[in-house]
Amino acid sequence: MGTGNRDGHGARVELSGWGWRHAGRADYALRGVDLVIEPGERVLLLGASGAGKSTLLHALAGLTGPNGAITGEEEGRLLVDGKPATSQRGRIGLVAQDPESQLVMARAGDDVAFGLENLGVPREQIWARVDEALARVGFPYGRAHPTAALSGGEKQRLVIAGVLAMRPRLLLLDEPTANLDPPGARLIRDVLARLLADTGATLVLVEHRVADVVDLVDRVVVVEPGGGVIADGAPRTVFARHGTALAERGVWVPHADPVPCTTPAPGGPVLIEAADCTLGTPRTPGRRRPKTVLNAVDVTVAAGTATALTGANGAGKSTLLTALAGLAKPQSGQIRPCGPLAAADPRPLVKWPARQLARHVGTVFQHAEDQFVTATVRDELRFAPLRLGMGEAETAAWVDELLERLRLTHLADKHPYTLSGGEKRRLSVATALSSGPAHAPDVLVLDEPTFGQDTRTWVELVELLDALRGQGRAIVLATHDTLLLRHLADVELRVADGSVTETARTGMEESR
Amino acid sequence: MNLTSAPAGRAAPGNGQPGVRSWLLGINPAAKLIAACVISFGLIPAVDPVTGGIVLAVTALLLPFSGINRATLLVLSVPFCLMGLSTWVVNLLYGEEGLWGASGAAVRILAIALPGMLAAVSSDATDLADALVQRLKVPERPAMGVLAALRLVPLLADQWRTVTLARRARGLEAGRNPLAALSIFFGKLFALLVRAVRTGTLLATAMDARAFGTGPRSHARVSRWRLADTVLVAASLLLLAAAYTVSAQLGTLRLLFT
Repeated sequence: MGTGNRDGHGARVELSGWGWRHAGRADYALRGVDLVIEPGERVLLLGASGAGKSTLLHALAGLTGPNGAITGEEEGRLLVDGKPATSQRGRIGLVAQDPESQLVMARAGDDVAFGLENLGVPREQIWARVDEALARVGFPYGRAHPTAALSGGEKQRLVIAGVLAMRPRLLLLDEPTANLDPPGARLIRDVLARLLADTGATLVLVEHRVADVVDLVDRVVVVEPGGGVIADGAPRTVFARHGTALAERGVWVPHADPVPCTTPAPGGPVLIEAADCTLGTPRTPGRRRPKTVLNAVDVTVAAGTATALTGANGAGKSTLLTALAGLAKPQSGQIRPCGPLAAADPRPLVKWPARQLARHVGTVFQHAEDQFVTATVRDELRFAPLRLGMGEAETAAWVDELLERLRLTHLADKHPYTLSGGEKRRLSVATALSSGPAHAPDVLVLDEPTFGQDTRTWVELVELLDALRGQGRAIVLATHDTLLLRHLADVELRVADGSVTETARTGMEESR
Repeated sequence: MNLTSAPAGRAAPGNGQPGVRSWLLGINPAAKLIAACVISFGLIPAVDPVTGGIVLAVTALLLPFSGINRATLLVLSVPFCLMGLSTWVVNLLYGEEGLWGASGAAVRILAIALPGMLAAVSSDATDLADALVQRLKVPERPAMGVLAALRLVPLLADQWRTVTLARRARGLEAGRNPLAALSIFFGKLFALLVRAVRTGTLLATAMDARAFGTGPRSHARVSRWRLADTVLVAASLLLLAAAYTVSAQLGTLRLLFT
């Protein structure tokens, strides 16, 4: 450790015939990878979902191997500066997706110091390096600032500062902006662009939405699930030569956004109305008074319409979403069913019995696992219809249809938790659809439905939601996905600064 | 080096503890832990109300000067008083020692619990981990692991709420059926466990990626042992000795198994 160049020189990475199989899996995540990354190169690692990109990053970070956090079977060679990566931890910095699970300490400065302590840096040097790292990422608060009080973007900046303070020779970024809202993501990209301009470190980046980061890299490497490198070169060359093939495999390629087929929204009567509601966090024992998040909320949800809630993380989108779905009680005011929905039960939604609510209002949570209640995919879909008293034969037919429609048939007997991210998302949408009277609920409420999905699942979801809207169902979704907004949203409700404002209402007839 | 002499967290605004410069909050957590242990273990043999009562009274008298804010004390006093009351009632109804014995049991349990509670409430988690590692030579890995896990507790509370809402969204509600309530509860517990394991694994991976466990660690913060810390430990010993002496002089001292 010590003085010299800020980040040292970049590391050289060399893989030959490298492969990895996760413990308990039959197939290799990656196999036969031959790749050399020269010091200081900036590489974007691409591949269809499930192509083992994160696995490769973790291996480069030295986290695999006998004492590593990730267990499995390795073959071939993976060297960083001529030595196994496992012996180089500390010279390799890794920034993962979710800042929440990367911060270790309760105070900002302590968190940045954590890595330095692990390296055994003498105390006299630690705080100077902490301050320097905090300054380099533009961290706006002092060392003593509690990490729990930071926004997502600020947390991720702190994570990056913690990695920078260690002066890594190899910087690994695993979708560092994935969990952030657009302003937070922009903040991180600006920080990265600035850092990359003055660091000599080698960079390997995995990013889902390629267009956002393509300017940060000078080389693109494409890997294949269960295989090795299938394309390698300057970004422009790779996208020109392999862009179409990549797009077909679900990779988000710049200038090749997927185009779903959608139909104009039919519109319809108002189904849910919130009048002068105050919404807040729930009361929890032992904690302070419940916090009010949104004031004077006047919102309506109409049939045959897609209503989108937008706004920064923490602004109250999910709070509004759970209230509109009849799951949480407003602090004051009421959220009432209207029109055809009120015919089922005129009481406020939150008073409805759960079984009845599930029949009319389907909710898809951001983390799909939260809403799984049985042990197989098929049972997950049989659950609601059987409880509603649908016959055995009828249920079986309906479940088969749902499985087919959401490409889950081959997974019918698997445990929901073992599915991939895209499969879990499709299953959670299917469960929300499974309970409705005429095979779908009247209102479908979704929290970040397209988060982290590849283009194939993305198009399927948009087209499915469009079809439901075409049948006159109300779609309510909270999202940061601007492409989704463009293709599907009829009404945009912006949640910011404690209030909700309607910012856009496209003409029902002209909407695509 | 200013940070080492004035650890950041104690002066941190907004942690809901005004009067942070108060003496108990400034004492090394290791000293508080030792003092609490001295009193708690020291009181185990004495089953009469006088010995425990003296310790309890002196500790309680110090409360207003401890610097712990009133809201925290108020919240904590509820389970604390309930604990004493329930012990008293149970021993009164089913004990063989009558009123005197029941009061002894209640006072004793409160006197044993209070110092530990004060030590826990008045210590910042980070300072406690530093003190454990640097002063009491607890191994780094478990100490840092527990500290990191503590950070995840509020996340867990939020996740619990989400899985609760998700059950309602799926049409699952116990109503008045206790069996259904039990099965829903365990379903939620399992969902929470899965999430907790996942978050925990991610955090462990992130800690490893930052070279945790690669070799001997240095310490960014110094956990200082000052004169006041020695005084506190000595005072706890003195208090214990005084309580036993007074009780013996009064002829009220009764020891366990006698």
